[in-house]
Amino acid sequence: MAELDVDLVAADRTVWSGKARLVVAPAADGEVGVMAGHTPLLSVLKPGTIRIRLAEGGSVEADVDGGFISVDSNTVTAVVDGVVVRDVAAAGPAGSARH
Amino acid sequence: MAGSQRVYKARIKSTQSLKKIFRAMELIAASRIGKARDRVTDSTPYTRAITRAVSAVATHASVRHPLTTERDDTNEVAILVVAADRGMAGAYSASVIREAERLATHLESQGKSVRFYVSGRRAVSYFAFRGRDVAAQWTGGSDAPTTEQAEAIATTLLEAFRAPADQGGVAELHVVYTQFVNMVTQNPRVIRLLPLEVVEDVVPAEEGEILPVYDFAPSADAVLDALLPRYVRTRIYNCLLQSAASELAARQRAMHTATENAEDLIRTYTRLANQARQADITQEISEIVSGADALAAS
Repeated sequence: MAELDVDLVAADRTVWSGKARLVVAPAADGEVGVMAGHTPLLSVLKPGTIRIRLAEGGSVEADVDGGFISVDSNTVTAVVDGVVVRDVAAAGPAGSARH
Repeated sequence: MAGSQRVYKARIKSTQSLKKIFRAMELIAASRIGKARDRVTDSTPYTRAITRAVSAVATHASVRHPLTTERDDTNEVAILVVAADRGMAGAYSASVIREAERLATHLESQGKSVRFYVSGRRAVSYFAFRGRDVAAQWTGGSDAPTTEQAEAIATTLLEAFRAPADQGGVAELHVVYTQFVNMVTQNPRVIRLLPLEVVEDVVPAEEGEILPVYDFAPSADAVLDALLPRYVRTRIYNCLLQSAASELAARQRAMHTATENAEDLIRTYTRLANQARQADITQEISEIVSGADALAAS
């Protein structure tokens, strides 16, 4: 199954980056789930939780205050304001959280 | 003559302690500069993401937004000056301020009236000393700026740009900061931040590459509304970071030169002190000899 490249970036650092199977984000019109092959999307994020289902199992959750998400050729970039990452233990080697 | 020896000794001592201070400042700046450069690197993914998103919107929807349109209802313009909080950085703050003054003169010659927004204690005191009005000022943390600081500055400036003409609105925003090229070269630079020129940031499609058709949620305008203030904030944050790295590099270089100068001074004073001691001894001998001669003659 195709994978998504996910980058979760804050103003001063890259919060998390890695491969994922599914990304669920609190978009402006309600939650949006993104899987590989999704049509290009640019959406404003509402305060809420971004859930990333990892390619190798496990998941990462990030509470965000706002921002936007862009999806383009299996690359998901979430630009977020205030962010707290949870479930880092299952994040795998690429996961990093300095909050 | 013994007096001049003592004076030289005292000068050597004070120069030595100054040298220690200079050396310490040089080392502190050197150790912080790596971190400052890392911070610039850390903020690039965010900047890249924002820029790409802005160009995506720009290529798919007409970019007509208050932040990108020229204002002609007021001739007030704002200049944001980014300087250092502390001195001991050579000409760093002075050259930023000089560049800002040149820009102000240029804008005033076009019939605009300039309003200054100032970051950094050195620039604040420059304007305060000359009794010139400053619209807003931010001090503290010029060598390690935070996103909160950038946000505070961006919020103030965006408010000023959005305000109606009779409530202190400004038509343009220029930023004067120091671009960090490398450890040896830092250039004072002027950029016009507002109104935004999105065109220059649009990444042209490569040969044979078709730009995807984006879905915008809730709408292209709403996305732009969320993007552009963020874009401005990132640009300002980036200016602050580059200025911080430049400040530290300038300080390191200035303090290195100061340390060398102190060493030169110490060497010169040591020579003079030795000369004075030699003169003292010579005088003492000649006094003894002449005294003995006088006794023998009598």
